[in-house]
Amino acid sequence: MSRDAGVTPRAIRSYADVAAPDRSDLAGQIGEQQRLLAQRLTGVGAVVAVVSGKGGVGKSAVTANLAVSLAARGAVVGAVDADLNGPCLGRMLGLPRTPLEDRADGVGPAIAPSGVRAISTELLQEEAAPVRWKGPASDRFVWQGVAEASVLREFLADVVWGELDYLLVDVPPGTDKIGRFLDLVPRPHQVLLVTIPSAAAEAVVARSATFLAEAGVEVVGVVRNMVGYAPSDGGPSMPLFSSETEARPGTATGFEVWTDIPFAPRLGRLTDGGRPPGATLDGAVGEAFGALADRVERGPGGRAEDAA
Amino acid sequence: MKFLCLDCDAAMGFAERQLPGDGTMAAVFTCPGCGREVAMLTNPMETRFVASMGVEIGGRTVPLQPFEQTRTGLDRAREDAFEEPAAAPESATGSAPPAGAAARPAAPRRGGVSWSDDARARLERVPRFVRGMVKRIYTEYAQEQNIGTITVEVMDRARSDLGLEGM
Repeated sequence: MSRDAGVTPRAIRSYADVAAPDRSDLAGQIGEQQRLLAQRLTGVGAVVAVVSGKGGVGKSAVTANLAVSLAARGAVVGAVDADLNGPCLGRMLGLPRTPLEDRADGVGPAIAPSGVRAISTELLQEEAAPVRWKGPASDRFVWQGVAEASVLREFLADVVWGELDYLLVDVPPGTDKIGRFLDLVPRPHQVLLVTIPSAAAEAVVARSATFLAEAGVEVVGVVRNMVGYAPSDGGPSMPLFSSETEARPGTATGFEVWTDIPFAPRLGRLTDGGRPPGATLDGAVGEAFGALADRVERGPGGRAEDAA
Repeated sequence: MKFLCLDCDAAMGFAERQLPGDGTMAAVFTCPGCGREVAMLTNPMETRFVASMGVEIGGRTVPLQPFEQTRTGLDRAREDAFEEPAAAPESATGSAPPAGAAARPAAPRRGGVSWSDDARARLERVPRFVRGMVKRIYTEYAQEQNIGTITVEVMDRARSDLGLEGM
Protein backbone atom coordinates (compact mmCIF):
# COMPACT_ATOMS: atom_id res chain seq x y z
CA MET A 1 0.00 0.00 0.00
CA SER A 2 1.54 3.29 -1.06
CA ARG A 3 -1.30 5.49 0.08
CA ASP A 4 -0.18 7.99 2.71
CA ALA A 5 -1.70 7.59 6.10
CA GLY A 6 -4.44 10.07 6.80
CA VAL A 7 -5.25 10.73 3.14
CA THR A 8 -8.92 10.14 2.43
CA PRO A 9 -9.49 8.08 -0.72
CA ARG A 10 -11.52 9.96 -3.28
CA ALA A 11 -15.12 8.99 -3.64
CA ILE A 12 -15.89 7.11 -6.84
CA ARG A 13 -19.50 6.32 -7.55
CA SER A 14 -20.35 2.63 -7.76
CA TYR A 15 -21.96 0.90 -10.75
CA ALA A 16 -25.36 1.17 -9.08
CA ASP A 17 -24.84 4.84 -8.29
CA VAL A 18 -24.31 5.73 -11.95
CA ALA A 19 -27.80 5.99 -13.35
CA ALA A 20 -26.80 6.18 -17.01
CA PRO A 21 -27.89 3.08 -18.88
CA ASP A 22 -25.25 0.52 -19.68
CA ARG A 23 -25.38 0.22 -23.46
CA SER A 24 -23.66 -3.16 -23.41
CA ASP A 25 -26.35 -4.41 -21.03
CA LEU A 26 -24.74 -7.83 -20.82
CA ALA A 27 -27.34 -8.96 -18.29
CA GLY A 28 -30.05 -7.92 -20.72
CA GLN A 29 -28.41 -9.87 -23.53
CA ILE A 30 -28.25 -12.96 -21.31
CA GLY A 31 -31.87 -12.36 -20.36
CA GLU A 32 -32.83 -12.33 -24.03
CA GLN A 33 -31.13 -15.68 -24.50
CA GLN A 34 -33.13 -17.06 -21.59
CA ARG A 35 -36.34 -15.65 -23.02
CA LEU A 36 -35.75 -17.35 -26.35
CA LEU A 37 -35.01 -20.63 -24.57
CA ALA A 38 -38.14 -20.42 -22.45
CA GLN A 39 -40.22 -19.59 -25.50
CA ARG A 40 -38.90 -22.56 -27.43
CA LEU A 41 -39.73 -24.88 -24.56
CA THR A 42 -43.34 -23.70 -24.39
CA GLY A 43 -44.05 -26.26 -27.09
CA VAL A 44 -42.76 -29.11 -24.92
CA GLY A 45 -45.10 -31.06 -22.67
CA ALA A 46 -42.40 -32.34 -20.33
CA VAL A 47 -38.66 -31.81 -20.15
CA VAL A 48 -37.17 -35.03 -18.78
CA ALA A 49 -33.50 -34.88 -17.78
CA VAL A 50 -31.54 -38.12 -17.58
CA VAL A 51 -28.69 -37.59 -15.14
CA SER A 52 -26.38 -39.53 -12.87
CA GLY A 53 -23.23 -37.73 -11.89
CA LYS A 54 -21.40 -41.04 -12.49
CA GLY A 55 -20.09 -42.02 -15.88
CA GLY A 56 -20.61 -45.41 -17.47
CA VAL A 57 -23.94 -46.22 -15.86
CA GLY A 58 -25.88 -46.22 -19.11
CA LYS A 59 -27.54 -42.80 -19.23
CA SER A 60 -27.43 -42.58 -22.99
CA ALA A 61 -28.72 -46.12 -23.45
CA VAL A 62 -31.54 -45.39 -21.01
CA THR A 63 -32.31 -42.14 -22.83
CA ALA A 64 -32.36 -43.80 -26.25
CA ASN A 65 -34.50 -46.73 -25.16
CA LEU A 66 -36.91 -44.57 -23.20
CA ALA A 67 -37.23 -42.24 -26.19
CA VAL A 68 -38.18 -45.04 -28.58
CA SER A 69 -40.49 -46.58 -25.97
CA LEU A 70 -42.40 -43.33 -25.69
CA ALA A 71 -42.39 -42.77 -29.45
CA ALA A 72 -43.76 -46.28 -30.01
CA ARG A 73 -46.77 -45.27 -27.90
CA GLY A 74 -47.45 -42.36 -30.22
CA ALA A 75 -45.72 -39.65 -28.24
CA VAL A 76 -43.78 -36.97 -30.09
CA VAL A 77 -40.31 -37.14 -28.59
CA GLY A 78 -37.20 -34.99 -28.85
CA ALA A 79 -33.77 -35.80 -27.44
CA VAL A 80 -30.79 -33.58 -26.70
CA ASP A 81 -27.34 -35.08 -26.35
CA ALA A 82 -25.98 -32.73 -23.72
CA ASP A 83 -22.79 -34.74 -23.54
CA LEU A 84 -21.02 -32.39 -25.91
CA ASN A 85 -17.59 -33.94 -25.43
CA GLY A 86 -18.54 -37.61 -25.42
CA PRO A 87 -21.59 -37.78 -27.65
CA CYS A 88 -23.13 -41.15 -28.48
CA LEU A 89 -26.89 -40.59 -28.33
CA GLY A 90 -27.05 -39.92 -32.06
CA ARG A 91 -25.41 -43.23 -32.87
CA MET A 92 -27.68 -45.06 -30.41
CA LEU A 93 -30.80 -43.52 -31.90
CA GLY A 94 -29.61 -44.34 -35.40
CA LEU A 95 -29.68 -40.71 -36.50
CA PRO A 96 -28.87 -40.18 -40.18
CA ARG A 97 -25.91 -37.93 -40.98
CA THR A 98 -27.84 -36.00 -43.57
CA PRO A 99 -27.52 -32.19 -43.53
CA LEU A 100 -29.71 -30.44 -41.02
CA GLU A 101 -32.26 -27.93 -42.16
CA ASP A 102 -30.88 -24.40 -41.74
CA ARG A 103 -33.67 -21.89 -41.14
CA ALA A 104 -33.91 -18.34 -39.93
CA ASP A 105 -35.87 -19.50 -36.89
CA GLY A 106 -33.54 -22.34 -36.01
CA VAL A 107 -32.00 -25.62 -37.03
CA GLY A 108 -34.11 -28.60 -37.97
CA PRO A 109 -33.46 -31.66 -35.77
CA ALA A 110 -32.24 -34.97 -37.14
CA ILE A 111 -35.02 -37.54 -37.30
CA ALA A 112 -34.33 -41.08 -36.10
CA PRO A 113 -36.01 -44.10 -37.74
CA SER A 114 -38.20 -44.27 -34.63
CA GLY A 115 -39.39 -40.71 -35.30
CA VAL A 116 -37.44 -39.27 -32.38
CA ARG A 117 -36.13 -35.77 -33.15
CA ALA A 118 -32.64 -35.20 -31.86
CA ILE A 119 -29.50 -33.08 -31.82
CA SER A 120 -25.94 -34.04 -30.94
CA THR A 121 -22.43 -32.79 -31.64
CA GLU A 122 -21.99 -36.14 -33.41
CA LEU A 123 -24.02 -34.67 -36.25
CA LEU A 124 -21.89 -31.57 -36.55
CA GLN A 125 -18.35 -32.88 -36.56
CA GLU A 126 -16.13 -34.98 -38.74
CA GLU A 127 -16.08 -38.67 -37.79
CA ALA A 128 -13.65 -39.40 -34.94
CA ALA A 129 -12.77 -35.72 -34.47
CA PRO A 130 -12.20 -34.77 -30.83
CA VAL A 131 -14.59 -32.10 -29.65
CA ARG A 132 -12.60 -28.88 -29.40
CA TRP A 133 -13.63 -25.25 -29.40
CA LYS A 134 -11.80 -22.56 -31.30
CA GLY A 135 -10.00 -20.05 -29.14
CA PRO A 136 -6.72 -19.39 -27.35
CA ALA A 137 -5.51 -22.82 -26.25
CA SER A 138 -3.33 -21.65 -23.40
CA ASP A 139 -6.32 -20.18 -21.57
CA ARG A 140 -8.88 -22.77 -22.58
CA PHE A 141 -9.70 -23.64 -18.99
CA VAL A 142 -10.96 -20.06 -18.52
CA TRP A 143 -13.49 -19.89 -21.33
CA GLN A 144 -14.33 -23.44 -22.39
CA GLY A 145 -16.97 -24.05 -19.75
CA VAL A 146 -18.78 -20.86 -20.73
CA ALA A 147 -18.59 -21.79 -24.39
CA GLU A 148 -20.02 -25.24 -23.74
CA ALA A 149 -22.86 -23.82 -21.68
CA SER A 150 -23.74 -21.58 -24.63
CA VAL A 151 -23.70 -24.51 -27.04
CA LEU A 152 -25.98 -26.50 -24.76
CA ARG A 153 -28.31 -23.50 -24.63
CA GLU A 154 -28.35 -23.45 -28.41
CA PHE A 155 -29.12 -27.18 -28.57
CA LEU A 156 -32.16 -26.53 -26.40
CA ALA A 157 -33.27 -23.17 -27.75
CA ASP A 158 -32.22 -23.09 -31.40
CA VAL A 159 -33.55 -26.41 -32.62
CA VAL A 160 -36.94 -26.19 -34.28
CA TRP A 161 -38.46 -28.87 -32.10
CA GLY A 162 -42.05 -28.08 -32.91
CA GLU A 163 -44.68 -29.42 -30.56
CA LEU A 164 -43.22 -32.21 -28.41
CA ASP A 165 -44.79 -34.39 -25.77
CA TYR A 166 -41.37 -35.06 -24.25
CA LEU A 167 -37.90 -33.58 -24.59
CA LEU A 168 -35.33 -35.94 -23.09
CA VAL A 169 -31.95 -34.47 -22.18
CA ASP A 170 -28.99 -36.81 -21.77
CA VAL A 171 -26.82 -34.97 -19.24
CA PRO A 172 -23.12 -35.93 -19.03
CA PRO A 173 -21.37 -37.14 -15.87
CA GLY A 174 -20.44 -34.74 -13.09
CA THR A 175 -22.66 -32.86 -10.70
CA ASP A 176 -21.37 -29.65 -12.25
CA LYS A 177 -22.94 -30.73 -15.55
CA ILE A 178 -26.25 -31.26 -13.78
CA GLY A 179 -25.89 -27.74 -12.43
CA ARG A 180 -25.10 -26.37 -15.87
CA PHE A 181 -28.30 -27.91 -17.20
CA LEU A 182 -30.37 -26.62 -14.29
CA ASP A 183 -28.97 -23.13 -14.86
CA LEU A 184 -30.63 -23.28 -18.27
CA VAL A 185 -33.75 -25.22 -17.30
CA PRO A 186 -34.21 -24.65 -13.57
CA ARG A 187 -37.42 -26.61 -13.30
CA PRO A 188 -37.41 -29.71 -15.51
CA HIS A 189 -40.69 -31.57 -15.20
CA GLN A 190 -38.96 -34.82 -14.32
CA VAL A 191 -35.44 -35.99 -13.61
CA LEU A 192 -34.33 -39.60 -13.99
CA LEU A 193 -31.35 -40.41 -11.78
CA VAL A 194 -29.54 -43.38 -13.28
CA THR A 195 -27.38 -45.61 -11.14
CA ILE A 196 -26.03 -49.15 -11.14
CA PRO A 197 -25.88 -51.52 -8.17
CA SER A 198 -22.26 -50.80 -7.32
CA ALA A 199 -21.32 -49.19 -4.04
CA ALA A 200 -18.92 -46.83 -5.79
CA ALA A 201 -21.53 -45.67 -8.28
CA GLU A 202 -24.18 -45.26 -5.62
CA ALA A 203 -21.85 -43.06 -3.57
CA VAL A 204 -21.43 -40.69 -6.49
CA VAL A 205 -25.10 -40.79 -7.39
CA ALA A 206 -25.97 -39.97 -3.79
CA ARG A 207 -24.05 -36.71 -4.23
CA SER A 208 -26.10 -35.95 -7.32
CA ALA A 209 -29.27 -36.69 -5.38
CA THR A 210 -28.22 -34.18 -2.74
CA PHE A 211 -27.46 -31.67 -5.48
CA LEU A 212 -30.92 -32.15 -7.01
CA ALA A 213 -32.65 -31.90 -3.65
CA GLU A 214 -30.78 -28.73 -2.76
CA ALA A 215 -31.65 -27.28 -6.17
CA GLY A 216 -35.31 -27.81 -5.38
CA VAL A 217 -35.97 -30.37 -8.09
CA GLU A 218 -39.14 -32.05 -6.96
CA VAL A 219 -39.70 -35.06 -9.18
CA VAL A 220 -36.78 -37.43 -9.30
CA GLY A 221 -37.12 -41.07 -10.22
CA VAL A 222 -34.23 -43.45 -9.70
CA VAL A 223 -33.46 -45.81 -12.57
CA ARG A 224 -31.33 -48.73 -11.45
CA ASN A 225 -29.55 -50.02 -14.52
CA MET A 226 -27.71 -53.31 -14.95
CA VAL A 227 -29.53 -54.95 -12.05
CA GLY A 228 -28.71 -58.59 -12.67
CA TYR A 229 -27.51 -60.25 -15.81
CA ALA A 230 -30.28 -61.49 -18.08
CA PRO A 231 -28.80 -64.23 -20.32
CA SER A 232 -29.87 -64.20 -23.95
CA ASP A 233 -31.05 -67.81 -23.65
CA GLY A 234 -33.73 -66.76 -21.20
CA GLY A 235 -32.05 -68.47 -18.27
CA PRO A 236 -32.32 -67.19 -14.71
CA SER A 237 -30.96 -63.73 -13.96
CA MET A 238 -27.65 -63.60 -12.12
CA PRO A 239 -26.01 -60.79 -10.14
CA LEU A 240 -23.70 -58.64 -12.24
CA PHE A 241 -22.19 -56.73 -9.35
CA SER A 242 -22.82 -58.13 -5.87
CA SER A 243 -25.83 -59.87 -4.41
CA GLU A 244 -25.85 -57.38 -1.58
CA THR A 245 -26.10 -54.20 -3.64
CA GLU A 246 -28.42 -55.71 -6.22
CA ALA A 247 -30.86 -56.91 -3.56
CA ARG A 248 -31.01 -53.49 -1.94
CA PRO A 249 -34.59 -52.31 -2.40
CA GLY A 250 -33.73 -48.65 -2.58
CA THR A 251 -30.64 -46.53 -2.85
CA ALA A 252 -28.82 -43.98 -0.80
CA THR A 253 -30.42 -41.26 -2.86
CA GLY A 254 -33.60 -41.03 -0.84
CA PHE A 255 -35.66 -40.89 -4.03
CA GLU A 256 -38.11 -43.52 -5.21
CA VAL A 257 -36.88 -46.23 -7.57
CA TRP A 258 -38.95 -46.12 -10.76
CA THR A 259 -37.51 -49.16 -12.48
CA ASP A 260 -34.82 -51.82 -12.38
CA ILE A 261 -33.30 -52.66 -15.76
CA PRO A 262 -31.39 -55.94 -16.07
CA PHE A 263 -28.19 -56.05 -18.07
CA ALA A 264 -28.84 -57.81 -21.35
CA PRO A 265 -26.25 -58.25 -24.11
CA ARG A 266 -28.96 -58.01 -26.74
CA LEU A 267 -30.07 -54.62 -25.48
CA GLY A 268 -26.51 -53.37 -25.69
CA ARG A 269 -25.96 -54.83 -29.13
CA LEU A 270 -29.14 -53.35 -30.59
CA THR A 271 -28.64 -49.99 -28.94
CA ASP A 272 -25.03 -49.70 -30.06
CA GLY A 273 -26.23 -50.55 -33.55
CA GLY A 274 -28.67 -47.66 -33.62
CA ARG A 275 -31.76 -49.81 -33.16
CA PRO A 276 -32.73 -49.37 -29.49
CA PRO A 277 -35.62 -51.76 -28.82
CA GLY A 278 -36.92 -50.15 -25.65
CA ALA A 279 -40.13 -51.69 -24.43
CA THR A 280 -40.41 -53.96 -27.46
CA LEU A 281 -37.57 -56.19 -26.28
CA ASP A 282 -38.86 -59.50 -24.97
CA GLY A 283 -38.53 -60.26 -21.30
CA ALA A 284 -37.57 -58.31 -18.22
CA VAL A 285 -35.66 -55.57 -20.04
CA GLY A 286 -38.59 -54.65 -22.27
CA GLU A 287 -40.90 -54.76 -19.26
CA ALA A 288 -38.56 -52.42 -17.37
CA PHE A 289 -38.61 -49.84 -20.14
CA GLY A 290 -42.36 -50.21 -20.41
CA ALA A 291 -42.67 -49.54 -16.70
CA LEU A 292 -40.36 -46.54 -16.96
CA ALA A 293 -42.34 -45.11 -19.87
CA ASP A 294 -45.51 -45.59 -17.79
CA ARG A 295 -44.03 -43.59 -14.93
CA VAL A 296 -42.87 -40.80 -17.20
CA GLU A 297 -46.27 -40.63 -18.88
CA ARG A 298 -47.98 -40.35 -15.49
CA GLY A 299 -45.44 -37.85 -14.17
CA PRO A 300 -45.58 -34.05 -14.29
CA GLY A 301 -46.12 -32.84 -17.83
CA GLY A 302 -46.75 -36.38 -19.04
CA ARG A 303 -49.61 -37.24 -21.32
CA ALA A 304 -51.28 -39.31 -18.59
CA GLU A 305 -50.50 -36.91 -15.76
CA ASP A 306 -54.13 -36.27 -14.97
CA ALA A 307 -54.79 -39.98 -14.68
CA ALA A 308 -52.10 -40.44 -12.04
CA MET B 1 -20.01 -2.58 -17.42
CA LYS B 2 -19.75 1.20 -17.23
CA PHE B 3 -16.89 3.64 -17.62
CA LEU B 4 -16.89 6.75 -15.47
CA CYS B 5 -15.00 9.92 -16.38
CA LEU B 6 -13.63 10.91 -12.99
CA ASP B 7 -12.96 14.51 -13.97
CA CYS B 8 -16.56 15.05 -15.06
CA ASP B 9 -18.12 12.39 -12.80
CA ALA B 10 -20.09 11.37 -15.88
CA ALA B 11 -20.77 7.98 -17.38
CA MET B 12 -18.86 7.55 -20.63
CA GLY B 13 -20.83 6.37 -23.62
CA PHE B 14 -19.97 3.46 -25.88
CA ALA B 15 -18.65 4.79 -29.19
CA GLU B 16 -17.34 1.91 -31.27
CA ARG B 17 -15.97 -1.62 -31.25
CA GLN B 18 -13.16 -2.95 -33.40
CA LEU B 19 -12.17 -6.54 -33.99
CA PRO B 20 -8.81 -6.47 -35.76
CA GLY B 21 -8.92 -10.18 -36.51
CA ASP B 22 -6.16 -11.36 -34.19
CA GLY B 23 -8.56 -12.44 -31.46
CA THR B 24 -8.37 -9.15 -29.60
CA MET B 25 -10.95 -6.42 -29.29
CA ALA B 26 -10.99 -2.65 -28.80
CA ALA B 27 -14.05 -0.92 -27.40
CA VAL B 28 -14.03 2.89 -27.32
CA PHE B 29 -15.94 4.96 -24.79
CA THR B 30 -16.38 8.74 -24.82
CA CYS B 31 -17.16 11.20 -22.05
CA PRO B 32 -20.21 13.30 -22.95
CA GLY B 33 -18.87 16.15 -20.84
CA CYS B 34 -15.24 16.69 -21.83
CA GLY B 35 -15.09 14.48 -24.89
CA ARG B 36 -12.25 12.36 -23.53
CA GLU B 37 -11.98 8.95 -25.15
CA VAL B 38 -10.69 5.75 -23.65
CA ALA B 39 -10.25 2.41 -25.37
CA MET B 40 -10.75 -0.85 -23.53
CA LEU B 41 -8.42 -3.41 -25.07
CA THR B 42 -9.02 -7.08 -24.39
CA ASN B 43 -6.59 -9.92 -25.02
CA PRO B 44 -7.65 -13.09 -26.88
CA MET B 45 -8.62 -14.93 -23.70
CA GLU B 46 -10.78 -12.06 -22.45
CA THR B 47 -12.31 -11.58 -25.89
CA ARG B 48 -13.12 -15.28 -26.20
CA PHE B 49 -14.54 -15.40 -22.69
CA VAL B 50 -17.00 -12.62 -23.42
CA ALA B 51 -17.85 -14.02 -26.86
CA SER B 52 -18.47 -17.43 -25.30
CA MET B 53 -21.41 -15.95 -23.45
CA GLY B 54 -23.04 -14.99 -26.73
CA VAL B 55 -22.96 -11.31 -25.82
CA GLU B 56 -21.31 -8.27 -27.36
CA ILE B 57 -19.69 -5.31 -25.64
CA GLY B 58 -21.63 -2.22 -26.68
CA GLY B 59 -24.74 -4.26 -27.45
CA ARG B 60 -25.53 -6.67 -30.25
CA THR B 61 -25.20 -5.39 -33.78
CA VAL B 62 -27.13 -8.29 -35.30
CA PRO B 63 -29.86 -10.42 -33.73
CA LEU B 64 -28.79 -13.59 -31.99
CA GLN B 65 -28.36 -16.23 -34.70
CA PRO B 66 -29.36 -19.89 -34.35
CA PHE B 67 -26.36 -22.04 -33.38
CA GLU B 68 -24.15 -18.95 -33.43
CA GLN B 69 -21.76 -20.22 -30.77
CA THR B 70 -21.77 -23.74 -32.16
CA ARG B 71 -21.03 -22.60 -35.69
CA THR B 72 -18.33 -20.12 -34.81
CA GLY B 73 -16.73 -22.19 -32.07
CA LEU B 74 -16.74 -25.86 -33.05
CA ASP B 75 -13.45 -27.10 -34.43
CA ARG B 76 -13.31 -29.66 -37.27
CA ALA B 77 -16.96 -29.19 -38.09
CA ARG B 78 -18.57 -31.25 -40.83
CA GLU B 79 -18.70 -29.19 -44.00
CA ASP B 80 -22.07 -30.71 -44.89
CA ALA B 81 -23.64 -30.57 -41.43
CA PHE B 82 -26.20 -28.03 -42.62
CA GLU B 83 -28.18 -27.80 -45.81
CA GLU B 84 -26.89 -25.40 -48.40
CA PRO B 85 -28.66 -22.08 -47.85
CA ALA B 86 -31.42 -21.50 -50.36
CA ALA B 87 -30.44 -19.57 -53.46
CA ALA B 88 -33.65 -17.58 -53.47
CA PRO B 89 -34.06 -14.64 -51.10
CA GLU B 90 -35.63 -15.58 -47.85
CA SER B 91 -39.27 -14.65 -47.96
CA ALA B 92 -40.97 -12.36 -45.56
CA THR B 93 -43.33 -13.86 -43.05
CA GLY B 94 -44.20 -11.22 -40.55
CA SER B 95 -46.61 -13.60 -38.86
CA ALA B 96 -46.59 -14.63 -35.23
CA PRO B 97 -44.37 -17.65 -34.54
CA PRO B 98 -46.09 -20.94 -33.76
CA ALA B 99 -45.99 -22.33 -30.25
CA GLY B 100 -42.52 -23.53 -29.42
CA ALA B 101 -40.91 -21.33 -32.00
CA ALA B 102 -38.44 -18.86 -30.58
CA ALA B 103 -39.37 -15.38 -31.76
CA ARG B 104 -36.12 -13.74 -32.80
CA PRO B 105 -35.89 -10.03 -33.38
CA ALA B 106 -35.97 -9.83 -37.15
CA ALA B 107 -35.03 -7.01 -39.43
CA PRO B 108 -37.89 -5.33 -41.27
CA ARG B 109 -38.77 -7.24 -44.42
CA ARG B 110 -38.87 -4.97 -47.39
CA GLY B 111 -38.93 -7.35 -50.28
CA GLY B 112 -36.39 -9.62 -51.86
CA VAL B 113 -32.67 -9.08 -52.04
CA SER B 114 -30.50 -10.32 -54.88
CA TRP B 115 -26.77 -11.04 -54.92
CA SER B 116 -24.29 -9.85 -57.50
CA ASP B 117 -22.05 -12.51 -59.02
CA ASP B 118 -18.95 -11.34 -57.19
CA ALA B 119 -20.80 -11.14 -53.87
CA ARG B 120 -22.17 -14.62 -54.41
CA ALA B 121 -18.67 -15.86 -55.21
CA ARG B 122 -17.37 -14.37 -51.98
CA LEU B 123 -20.21 -15.96 -50.04
CA GLU B 124 -19.33 -19.32 -51.59
CA ARG B 125 -15.88 -19.04 -50.05
CA VAL B 126 -17.36 -18.91 -46.54
CA PRO B 127 -17.21 -22.37 -44.93
CA ARG B 128 -20.55 -24.07 -45.43
CA PHE B 129 -20.88 -24.74 -41.68
CA VAL B 130 -21.46 -21.01 -41.12
CA ARG B 131 -22.58 -19.93 -44.59
CA GLY B 132 -26.30 -19.98 -43.92
CA MET B 133 -25.87 -17.76 -40.88
CA VAL B 134 -23.59 -15.36 -42.72
CA LYS B 135 -25.99 -15.13 -45.63
CA ARG B 136 -28.88 -14.29 -43.32
CA ILE B 137 -26.87 -11.54 -41.63
CA TYR B 138 -26.00 -9.86 -44.94
CA THR B 139 -29.53 -10.29 -46.25
CA GLU B 140 -31.09 -8.73 -43.18
CA TYR B 141 -28.56 -5.89 -43.31
CA ALA B 142 -29.50 -5.19 -46.93
CA GLN B 143 -33.20 -5.28 -46.12
CA GLU B 144 -32.66 -2.97 -43.18
CA GLN B 145 -30.78 -0.55 -45.44
CA ASN B 146 -33.27 -0.88 -48.31
CA ILE B 147 -30.57 -2.29 -50.55
CA GLY B 148 -31.86 -4.36 -53.46
CA THR B 149 -28.62 -6.03 -54.52
CA ILE B 150 -25.83 -7.24 -52.28
CA THR B 151 -22.44 -6.50 -53.78
CA VAL B 152 -18.97 -6.97 -52.32
CA GLU B 153 -19.04 -3.29 -51.42
CA VAL B 154 -22.24 -3.83 -49.47
CA MET B 155 -20.64 -6.80 -47.76
CA ASP B 156 -17.63 -4.70 -46.78
CA ARG B 157 -19.88 -1.96 -45.47
CA ALA B 158 -21.92 -4.43 -43.49
CA ARG B 159 -18.76 -5.89 -41.95
CA SER B 160 -17.71 -2.44 -40.90
CA ASP B 161 -21.11 -1.28 -39.70
CA LEU B 162 -21.87 -4.48 -37.85
CA GLY B 163 -18.39 -5.10 -36.50
CA LEU B 164 -18.24 -8.57 -38.00
CA GLU B 165 -14.96 -10.38 -37.75
CA GLY B 166 -14.01 -12.80 -40.49
CA MET B 167 -17.31 -12.71 -42.41
